[in-house]
Formats: sequence, structure tokens, C-alpha cells
Amino acid sequence: MAHIDINAEKGTSLWEDAWRRLKKNRLALFGLGVLVLFVVSALLTPWIAPYAYDAQNLDLGATPPSAQHWLGTDIFGRDLLTQIMYGGRISLAVGFVATAVALVIGVTWGAVAGYIGGRVDAVMMRIVDILYALPFMIFIVLLMVVFGRNLLLLFLAIGAVEWLTMARIMRGQVQALRKQEFVEAAISLGLSPMTIIRRHLVPNALGPIIVYTTLTIPSVMLLEAFLSFLGLGIQPPKTSWGLLISYGAETMEEYPWLLIFPGLALTTTLFALNFLGDGLRDALDVRRSAD
Amino acid sequence: MWRFIIGRLLQAIPVIFIVITATFFLVRAAPGGPFDAEKAVIPEVKAALERQYRLDLPIHEQYIAYLVDLSQGDLGPSFKYPGRTINELIESGLPATAELGAYALLIAVIIGSLAGIAAALRPNTLQDYIPMSMAMIGICMPTFLLGPILVLIFGIHLDWLPVSGWGDIPGDKLMPSITLGAAYAAYVARLSRAGMLEVLSQDYIRTARAKGLPEWQVVLKHGLRGGMLPVVAFLGPAFAGLLAGSFVVETIFQIPGLGRFYVQAAFNRDYTMILGTTVFLSTLIVLFNLLSDIVAAWLNPRLRAQLSE
Repeated sequence: MAHIDINAEKGTSLWEDAWRRLKKNRLALFGLGVLVLFVVSALLTPWIAPYAYDAQNLDLGATPPSAQHWLGTDIFGRDLLTQIMYGGRISLAVGFVATAVALVIGVTWGAVAGYIGGRVDAVMMRIVDILYALPFMIFIVLLMVVFGRNLLLLFLAIGAVEWLTMARIMRGQVQALRKQEFVEAAISLGLSPMTIIRRHLVPNALGPIIVYTTLTIPSVMLLEAFLSFLGLGIQPPKTSWGLLISYGAETMEEYPWLLIFPGLALTTTLFALNFLGDGLRDALDVRRSAD
Repeated sequence: MWRFIIGRLLQAIPVIFIVITATFFLVRAAPGGPFDAEKAVIPEVKAALERQYRLDLPIHEQYIAYLVDLSQGDLGPSFKYPGRTINELIESGLPATAELGAYALLIAVIIGSLAGIAAALRPNTLQDYIPMSMAMIGICMPTFLLGPILVLIFGIHLDWLPVSGWGDIPGDKLMPSITLGAAYAAYVARLSRAGMLEVLSQDYIRTARAKGLPEWQVVLKHGLRGGMLPVVAFLGPAFAGLLAGSFVVETIFQIPGLGRFYVQAAFNRDYTMILGTTVFLSTLIVLFNLLSDIVAAWLNPRLRAQLSE
């Protein structure tokens, strides 16, 4: 039998198409650029940070931006740029890891519900409905209080909240896809449901999943910063942008740069992710294909 | 319509029940007893305290007793403020939080929908780009950053507005309300723009224009109702967000409201206060979601027709 790789050919053209459209969207490209820059610098922080994370200079104290300390120093004489870079590692890690947790749970849940259908689907989506109605913001605060402020728990708690919408989107996609011929063909070939979901349904629903993932990361990062600002998230000696903003807000009258630069780091990242998400939505034409 | 309302009410009950149960057991599962902080409590005193707070009973009896109290509207005593009940604490904090939330919501809906409608009337012009860029800033600027920045500019540098308090000095309510409402104004602007754009392209709008109605009547009488549907549906979830936002805003501006109590209770590990407030706030959120669903259904003629069948 001649080897024809239909999948590969179709896939390339779809993604090339999307990339061409994305390239025309300057805001989205800007977002992508900023994001790549921040992620790379977060990964390389221990090697490229101008100072050591715990380097203090109590004699120096808080100084405004200067040639030695580009973004100034805090009251302990610690370099703010270094603090922001290390804080960014945690903020971005929470954003990506918690979103990944949400992605895995949501996609699996939605795909199984949509594929099996019937009573299983009804029960599974009923659970999603009930969870949706729960006031999760308050629950996360409660979890952080009860179980201590632990980074791993934070990942899980936020991820556990954000999977619901993902599950709904995935289920809608799968319901639309499973009636199509290529899925019927796969069924008649005797493939197992898990293989069909993994090989045929998930790849075809990637567009909406990618878009929603891009838009989930900023909301997760906001949630982490919110908790850290209240003192219920990341704890010292670790730091995050939310925690730096909270310190900055305490001393902003005398040392405004301690508030402004961490705030700028967080806002720029959120902007970048939102622009990229909107751009991807247009490029992948999600709204039309989701209908 | 009534069947829809009753149906949704029946859905809300298990949700509230789950909230109460989950919160109760989560709080009880917390490591360390509530009286561990006070060192060297005489055993008899400790026993008396535990009896008072029913900690000597087995957990399932505590739970049932709690449910019985709750059904009578009694949220129990506070651990940290002896002699005060959670009901009293909530009553003392609720007015400020409710007022703050109401102002914020008002700002969000009025400014947001005006900006959104203005943008939708002239899409892809400056009248669209300017408000929508501002909305993007509003979404990406978290409350806990906007608050301090506003304080820095208007409170400290320009010295126009007081930097803290609630109802003590004239004008001290303005900055907290704007801080809390800004992000929601941004969401409302985006939603109302999208909603209006969709409605204004409908046939019945063309009909209204064709019969010679002035443009403002077309927009206000025919467009608004359908165009605002997404906004109404958003208000339910927004309410939950506003409450969480009030934790931050009340902390920044030192407002003696429920949100600040909650954060303090979280730090003090005042378990009954956390339990009581969570149950109270969650019930409020569930009920508000219900309300916004019902209003959205009532506003939507298609859905209403479906429901009355």
C-alpha cells in the first residue's frame, strides 16, 4: 500500500495559514515577542541576573534607578531588577503550571463526556455546572489558610478552578467532531475510544484549546498575584510579582519605583498574553470553527 | 418562566449545601486547634472553651449541630473576639462592603456600557479604538496595582482625595469605588460593544431605521435591550469577583468592611469567622448568580418564549 500521510499535509497548511494571519497582527506579534523575552529571561535568571538573589547592601538602602542598579534598590539595598527577574520565574511558573493542570483535567474531562455522551455526559457536565456555581475565589483563600501557603497547593488549587471552561469547550468540540466521517471510520477500524480521542479528536480541537489556554494564563497569574498581595500566596524568602507589588505599595510614598517596576512587569505580561490570545483567536478562526 | 425560576432555585440548594459542607470540613481539617496559640491554658479552661465551641463532640455531631444553628440563621460565636457572634461581625462589616460594591457596580455598568455603545456605533474608528484600548488597560491592570497607583497620584502627589477611610471625610468613597469598579467597567465595555455590534446588524434594526426612527431611538429602544444581554449575564459572575476585589480594596483603603474582616480572620486563623463568612458570602454569590440568570432569561424574548411553552 502506498504511503500517503494525509494528516501531515493537512496539518501544515492549517498552521501555516494561521501563522500567516498572526504575522499580520502587529499587537499579537508584539505580545509573542514580549512573552518569549520574559520566558527566556526567567529560564536564564540564575545566570543573567545582575546580582545574587540574596545579596543585600544595608548601607545602601533604597535608591532610585541608577547605572549600577537599573531599576533601583529596595530598603535592604537589594537590586530590584534581580528581584523582579526571580519573582517573574515564580509568577510565570504558576501561570504555566496551573494552566497546564487545568488543560489536562479540562480536555480529558470534556473529551470523555462529549465522546461517550448519554447519561455519562449528563452526569459529568452536571458536576461541571455545580462546580461552576461555587465561589472559587473564596475557596482558594480558604485553602491557602487551612493548608498553609504552599506553592504546590497553589498550582493545584488554581488549576482545579480553571479547568471547568476548558471542559465545556472541549466537550462542544468533540460533540461536533464525533459525528464526522473520519471518526466513524476510526470506530469501524476498531480503534479504542482513548486512541480515537487522543489521535483524532484532541488534535482537531487544538485551535480553541490553544486560544483558551493563552487567555487562561493571565487570569491564573492575576489570581496568584491577588493571593500574594494579600499575603496568602507566595511567602518570603521566595518572591513573586504580586508580593513585590504588595511590598512596593507599602513604601510607595518614599520609594515609588518599588511599586511601579514590578507593576509594569506584571501588566506588560498580562497585556502580551491577552494580545496574543486575541490574535490567535482571529488567526485560528476559532469563533467560526467552534460553531 | 416560574418553572425556570423554581428549577434554578432547586439547583442552587445543593450548591449551597456543598459549600457549607466543604467549608465546614476543610476548616475542621486545618492543622492546629484554635486555642493552640494561647500558651498554657489551664486544662479546665480549655475544656470549658471546647465545650462552649462544641469541640468536645465528635465531628459529625458538630456538623449536624452547625447545620441546625445555620438553619436558624445563627453563624456561631467568634474564636478571636470572645463574646461576639459572627452574625454581629458580619452585620458591622456588611454595610460598608455592600455600599462599596454597589458604587463599583454602578460605575462599571454606567461607564462600561456607555463606552461599549459608543465604540459599537462607530466601529474601527477612534471612537472605537480609544475606549477599547482603555478597556484593555483596565483588564490588565489588577485592582491591587490600580489602587496604590491612584493613591500615589490623586492622594499623595495631587492631594485631591483622601487616601483612606470610609465615610469620614467627603470624597473618601470615590477612590475605592473607582478602584474596585475599573476592571468591571472594562469587561462591561467589551461585552456591550460585542453585544451592540451583533444586535445592530439584525433585521429588526434595519426595519426600525427604514420606518424612519431617529438613530438615538433605534439605539436606545431597539438596540439596547438585546445588546445589553451579555452584560446582564456577566453581572452574576462579576459579583463574585467584586467580593474578592473588596478584600483587596478594603485592605488598601482601610475600610471597615466584610472583606477586611475576612482577610484578618484568615491571618488570625479565626476558624469560626472564616467558616461563617465563607458560608455567608458563598450563599450571597450563589443567590446573585441565580438572580442574574433569571433577569437575563426574562430580558431575552426567545428564551422567554421557550420557557413559557
